[in-house]
Amino acid sequence: MSDPLNAAALLANFVVVPAVAYGSQLALGALGVTLIYGILRFSNFAHGDTMAFGTMFTILFTWWFQSMGISLGPLPTALLALPFAIASCAIFVLLSDRLVYRFYRQQRADPVIFVIASVGVMFVMNGVVRFIIGPDDQNFNDGERFIIKAREFKQMTGLAEGISIKVSQGITVVTMIIVVAALFWFLNKTRTGKSMRAYSDNEDLALLSGINPDRVVMVTWILAAALATIAGTLYGLDKSFKPFTYFQLLLPIFAAAIVGGLGNPLGAIAGGFVIAFSEITVTYAYKKFANYIVPGDWKADGLMQLLSTNYKFAVSFLILLLVLLFRPTGIFKGKSV
Amino acid sequence: MSYLIGDQMTGGYGGADILHDCTIAAEKGEIAVIVGPNGAGKSTAMKAVFGMLNLRKGRIVLDGEDITALSPQDRVAKGMAFVPQTNNVFPSMSVQENLEMGAFLRRDNINTTMEQVFELFPILKEKRRQNAGELSGGQRQQVAVGRSLMTQPKLLMLDEPTAGVSPIVMDELFDRIIEVARTGISILMVEQNARQALNIADKGYVLVQGKNRYTDTGEALLNNPEVRKSFLGG
Amino acid sequence: MNGALRNVVYFLIMAGLIVAVGQMQSWNVALSIVNLCLISSIMALGVNIQWGYAGLFNVGVMGFAALGGMAAMLISMPPVKEAWAVAGGGTAIGLLIFVSTAVAAVLVYRKLPKGTLRTTIVMAIVILGYVLLRIFFDPTTNTIEKVNPAASGYLGGFGLPILLSWPVGGLLAGAVAWVVGKITLGLRSDYLAIATLGISEIIVAVLKHEDWLTRGVKNVNGLPRPVPYEINLQKAEWFLSLCERLGVDHVTFSSIFVKLCYSLLFLTVLLLILWLSERALRSPWGRMMRAIRDNEVSANAMGKNITARHLQVFVLGSVVVGIAGAMLTTLDGQLTPSSYQPLRFTFLIWVMVIVGGSGNNWGAVLGGFVIWFFWIEAEPMGIWLMNFITSGMAIDNPLRLHLIESAAHMRLMTMGLILLLALRFSPRGLIPERTQQK
Repeated sequence: MSDPLNAAALLANFVVVPAVAYGSQLALGALGVTLIYGILRFSNFAHGDTMAFGTMFTILFTWWFQSMGISLGPLPTALLALPFAIASCAIFVLLSDRLVYRFYRQQRADPVIFVIASVGVMFVMNGVVRFIIGPDDQNFNDGERFIIKAREFKQMTGLAEGISIKVSQGITVVTMIIVVAALFWFLNKTRTGKSMRAYSDNEDLALLSGINPDRVVMVTWILAAALATIAGTLYGLDKSFKPFTYFQLLLPIFAAAIVGGLGNPLGAIAGGFVIAFSEITVTYAYKKFANYIVPGDWKADGLMQLLSTNYKFAVSFLILLLVLLFRPTGIFKGKSV
Repeated sequence: MSYLIGDQMTGGYGGADILHDCTIAAEKGEIAVIVGPNGAGKSTAMKAVFGMLNLRKGRIVLDGEDITALSPQDRVAKGMAFVPQTNNVFPSMSVQENLEMGAFLRRDNINTTMEQVFELFPILKEKRRQNAGELSGGQRQQVAVGRSLMTQPKLLMLDEPTAGVSPIVMDELFDRIIEVARTGISILMVEQNARQALNIADKGYVLVQGKNRYTDTGEALLNNPEVRKSFLGG
Repeated sequence: MNGALRNVVYFLIMAGLIVAVGQMQSWNVALSIVNLCLISSIMALGVNIQWGYAGLFNVGVMGFAALGGMAAMLISMPPVKEAWAVAGGGTAIGLLIFVSTAVAAVLVYRKLPKGTLRTTIVMAIVILGYVLLRIFFDPTTNTIEKVNPAASGYLGGFGLPILLSWPVGGLLAGAVAWVVGKITLGLRSDYLAIATLGISEIIVAVLKHEDWLTRGVKNVNGLPRPVPYEINLQKAEWFLSLCERLGVDHVTFSSIFVKLCYSLLFLTVLLLILWLSERALRSPWGRMMRAIRDNEVSANAMGKNITARHLQVFVLGSVVVGIAGAMLTTLDGQLTPSSYQPLRFTFLIWVMVIVGGSGNNWGAVLGGFVIWFFWIEAEPMGIWLMNFITSGMAIDNPLRLHLIESAAHMRLMTMGLILLLALRFSPRGLIPERTQQK
């Protein structure tokens, strides 16, 4: 029998909702990468581990607040810990700039040298995270689990398929919207934000205009640390925290930033959703969906899955290759090829 | 004494010297033009005046003050403005934002200055919301000059402002530059189009191999048969 | 002290360190370190060809090494007859689809002019091939994996001598490098880095999850060796008499002897590749490569096709990494896909090249030795350090326990610091590139 309503509910539950949440997380991650690229002109390989690093602080502060009995009721305590984690992460990131990158900036070193240096920073951050919190999974999501449970949805609508939305997914999307709005307001309306865009556009002319490069770079790192910590915390709340997973997130995040056009914040957001939706639609098993949508007694054999979830990274990679082949500057025009 | 003097400048970008005892000066409210063949060190002389080059010898005096040791940024604060030949706008920012960035160091109200710039270059007012990167070459040069005027400079330096624009736009740009000079701003300009540039110049400097060859008023240089023969194509 | 003498001193110090390990720990340990040092050096040589000669940043060393490892398994393991019996036909069809897709894609690529149309058609062919493969080959993989899953559950290999897999592993890695390079070279340098990062993750994912091919995380154990087995040596007449003459215990010496055989094989390969690399570096080709690296604009102006040269050097370097990857799996005697970790296989190699001296082959070799040595010895040193730091604390102090438990992670941090320090304070490495005026 054909049952489009249930099919739609099924798709919404297993594809749309998770992809929106995951896309928001990727978008925030890619924004950090693209900001660093725009201002400092290199691909920061340490960004995945910066996310892990910031999230680790969120977890530590969460544990501390929990031990003192502080909580946000239905919301996860992590939200309360977030500002402190951002501050801690920003301090470390600024320290890494002072000790590592500043030297190469003064030397006007080749971008690839920055990339290698960022690999060194990545190692150190990775080591610190594993040293402090260990390489294992940490679940730090407390508070309510669901906004809508599948069962409640079924009762409400009478459908056989339920849509459930986790609190973490709701928080992810709301936070993403707030952060992106704040970031765009900052970049387009404030003096400092405009000076960052000017610096990204034309470094020499920015210097001639009296824009202080050290300040621009500092603000960039703080923003990148904040974005990384927020993205990492949201991802950790939604799934779980594991240092190695965050390293692996590097590929979809880079893909998102390049697909959107490196250096272009709007592109990073679009890229995040493109990658997330592709990854989830390609790896979703459509068997049940097909059974709903196809009329008659036909039953799908096999999972009807385009690609096993084991290869979800291949999706980011393929989209990356497609973009590089057809439009190397990305969907929204990014910086040079 | 001239408002700006680059006195006996000698130096280069690290290797061999490009400038040799080169002297450039500009008076208040007047236009000084540097011309000469390719590789004569015209742009280098201007960069030296702006502090983008380490001088081994010589000094730069602005309004009676020795500024030889100052960085370009500090010179901007002292009232100098520089319009590079290329990459002289912020392409992904709107015209208005370009002008705002020009006034980055100013903390007072910049609206009056912006109105003045719009008066000088009306097309910019029309296109104020458009990104500078989408404008034509001549319009972009206007944005660049406008941006540099936003600091309310006393000395404006232009590195080949008419490079790559059509002759009509060039005439228009020169007209605007004269207007700027009339407001009391000194102008120092490097130009490839020597004849047209000397036409509007109060003072002209012909450089050859980093040395002063001829220095005179623009008119006198135009009438000098030797200058005409060697540098102005007869 | 002149350069050549200094380099000899470096290598002597390195030899001294290994002898010290031999004396203090055991010769067995020392030799296993040497063997891995040799393999690391070869990998570092491969990366050095890409980075040192041409300035290409390959973040996918792990993937190319893993391809070599897979080659070692596929070449050496005997075929699983039961699997072939039930799934031979299906496999043949799968192979046919795979090969015809590849041939069709290459043909279209060759025949059509460059442009969006060509890329689109090639893409379409690849996607069609993938769909056909899924439809026709998926049932076959299930059949294969059901054949005695506890012991085999895969097709096995070709049952050929494992030494053959070294060049095969190189070719496999080179082929993948060609595809990746073809797409990303000529664009920004960062893109190559990101693309290689991606391809290496995918290669390892294939190794982990395509059970019919590699047994996945169940690993393939007991790869045939190119050298004698200890147990056979201990029974061999000539070996026992050799032990007697040397006055050593035949059990201990048998394992040392095996390791020595490996060392000899690896050393031969290392010297061969080193010799070839040095020849290449001094040839007009090598000079051109460095000219391109140092000034792309002027090299381009002189009519050098930079992208084509880069592709060449990228493939060559990947071949060397692939060979080393096959050698490593040969030494291990097993293929363990989950052991391919980017930090160990990609970034560690990079530390070797940067510390050793980018652009200098001897530097890469030295870097391979030094960094592998410290990578291995950092763990006992870290534990010792943590024990020392926490010696004042109670034996069950939670902080102490945590510190000692986490000491293993110290080496990631140490490697990062070494990389950063080398890049900053000794960017030309222990043995700097020769700027020859000869």
